[in-house]
Amino acid sequence: MPADPVPLLDVRDLCVSVPANGSMIRLVENVSFCVNEAEIVGLVGESGSGKSVTAMALMGLIDSPGVQVSGSARFRGQELVGMAPRALRNLRGGDIAMIFQDPMTAFTPVYTIGWQIDEQIRAHERLSRRAARARTVQLLAEMGVPDPARTAQRYPHQLSGGLRQRAMIAMALSCNPTLLIADEPTTALDVTVQAQILDLLRGLRHSHGSSVLLITHDMGVVAQTCSRTLVLYSGRMAESGPTATLFARPAHPYTAALLDSIPPLYGTRPHRLPAIAGVPPTPQERPAGCAFGPRCAYVHATCLPAPPPLASIGAGQQAACVLPTEGKPLPPRATAQAMQP
Amino acid sequence: MIAPLLRRLGQTLLVLFGVSVLVFAVFFATPGADPTARIAGRNASPQIMEKVRLEYGFDRALPVQYATMMKKLFITRDLASYADRGELVVPQILQAAPVTACLVCGAAFIWVGASIIMGTLAAAMKDTWVDRTLMMAGLVGISIPVFWLGQVANLVTQSRYHDTWLFSWVPGLGYVPFSEDPGGWFRALVIPWVVLAVMFIGIYSRVLRADLVALAGEDFMRTARAKGLSPTRVMLRHGLRTALVTFVSLFGLDFAQLVGGGALLTEVVFGLPGVGRLTYRALTNLDLPVIMATVMYSAIFVVVANAVVDMVYLLLDPRVRDAR
Repeated sequence: MPADPVPLLDVRDLCVSVPANGSMIRLVENVSFCVNEAEIVGLVGESGSGKSVTAMALMGLIDSPGVQVSGSARFRGQELVGMAPRALRNLRGGDIAMIFQDPMTAFTPVYTIGWQIDEQIRAHERLSRRAARARTVQLLAEMGVPDPARTAQRYPHQLSGGLRQRAMIAMALSCNPTLLIADEPTTALDVTVQAQILDLLRGLRHSHGSSVLLITHDMGVVAQTCSRTLVLYSGRMAESGPTATLFARPAHPYTAALLDSIPPLYGTRPHRLPAIAGVPPTPQERPAGCAFGPRCAYVHATCLPAPPPLASIGAGQQAACVLPTEGKPLPPRATAQAMQP
Repeated sequence: MIAPLLRRLGQTLLVLFGVSVLVFAVFFATPGADPTARIAGRNASPQIMEKVRLEYGFDRALPVQYATMMKKLFITRDLASYADRGELVVPQILQAAPVTACLVCGAAFIWVGASIIMGTLAAAMKDTWVDRTLMMAGLVGISIPVFWLGQVANLVTQSRYHDTWLFSWVPGLGYVPFSEDPGGWFRALVIPWVVLAVMFIGIYSRVLRADLVALAGEDFMRTARAKGLSPTRVMLRHGLRTALVTFVSLFGLDFAQLVGGGALLTEVVFGLPGVGRLTYRALTNLDLPVIMATVMYSAIFVVVANAVVDMVYLLLDPRVRDAR
């Protein structure tokens, strides 16, 4: 990990709890990571692992009653957790922007695309309508939208999914954010469009100098895009580290299992693709020990009493697993080279 | 944009024709009863019966009868009421319609304004005492029958407290045309407006609140918040604007139904000579031509108002604009 003195976003021990049946349930537990300038960090996990909740908590967008966010998230030294709503609003859409999963429903259906991008620009900068529209059209053009001036005058339902996601990214970039949080930006799109959108995200580092926090459940997307990766399981961190290391030598059995469940691009295909047996525990029924314990092939007595702490493995890699510290690390993956053509 | 409007207009005309056939059939082509006797009224002499039969062509084929009836309603407008000594029906309705229109438009103004304010406020302050109080008030409004509320309002403002400073301005029951005395027109109508609006305020504010609360979970509302917009702007420009689509369709139906004579109880209680009261009088006298004409009038209004709502829909919702 390049040891920057002050990372752009520094999240420490972030916890998100919601009340249910009289007690607080922790959806996200002690998540820590940082994002440096012009870096793409991947946040990976199954559905319900707390990826989106983490992102929403950073943006202050969780509005379910009684929700509690604790820990610390410093953006350029400013504490985001517990920030005054007005100050947070200035950051949202300005310095920190977000792209959502489903471009089909993420635009208000009764306004044109251009109107909605103009609205964001004018919410953060004092600009005339005409100037805002000029920037909107330029942004759409940069995102590779054909005939941007006319597209700006169209309604969301008149555009294809790919165009809508481009418009969404254009809107997110409209105020030159330093951090872009992309919540499964390609999940709702078909594969060719997905590749184009990922290209676009990768290009942002150079064209806009933006960092990206990419939330996804797709290991392939992570491999193609992210310099560092954070694996979440049941609201807790399972493993984090540089993507290449993580893919070559996963230290947590969960990471290894996730990687194993991707069909290999090269070499012989397995007769049956290995799947992780069972389902992730709901936050209410999380076991006392390692949350992955019930599904883990390596589970043994030391895993059960308490969740294993994050242990440094070396070269910026950390894993919440007892195996490396017990001197029995997982074997390196044979397919690691094939994963990154 | 023009083509769907024209298409809608064509549909409206077709529906109107269907409605007129249906109304005619219900009144004059139902087997087992002689329409002549019904038009002529109770205890009519044989001479009058003969005259009516000839005038309406009841001795001829049904299509001819239909055409005669429509001619009398819309072209010569000489459909006469036999129960009421030959009073012409169509001018009666044309005279009553503006009264009803004034009553309903005023009430609509109040109920749309009040329910938007109440519904939005309640949704914005969901689960607080403000929300609960407003929604409880709405429920009370829905539960109060309009004739009771009208009578109580009359009791309070006309007799019990009429001589206090608070209600001494309230005129006696009845209607004052706007052209004669705008101030008197307003004073005569303001209490009926409020009384008629109360139930609708209750319904509309509850519907709007439910809509807004449901919309708050939508992705685009989250996007709007993520853009850094203020909560007020998110609520009004994104939430309320989208919720208006449902609101308008509800409004169109209620408005048409009221203008078509649905404000009958309010009109009777406040002595307003509108279409509702005309229908009410005709019903008590069994004055068939008037009943038929008012039913026809009200059906036309509902159909036309529906067409207007659909056109407003085209303006409000771009998705509908492209769908056809």
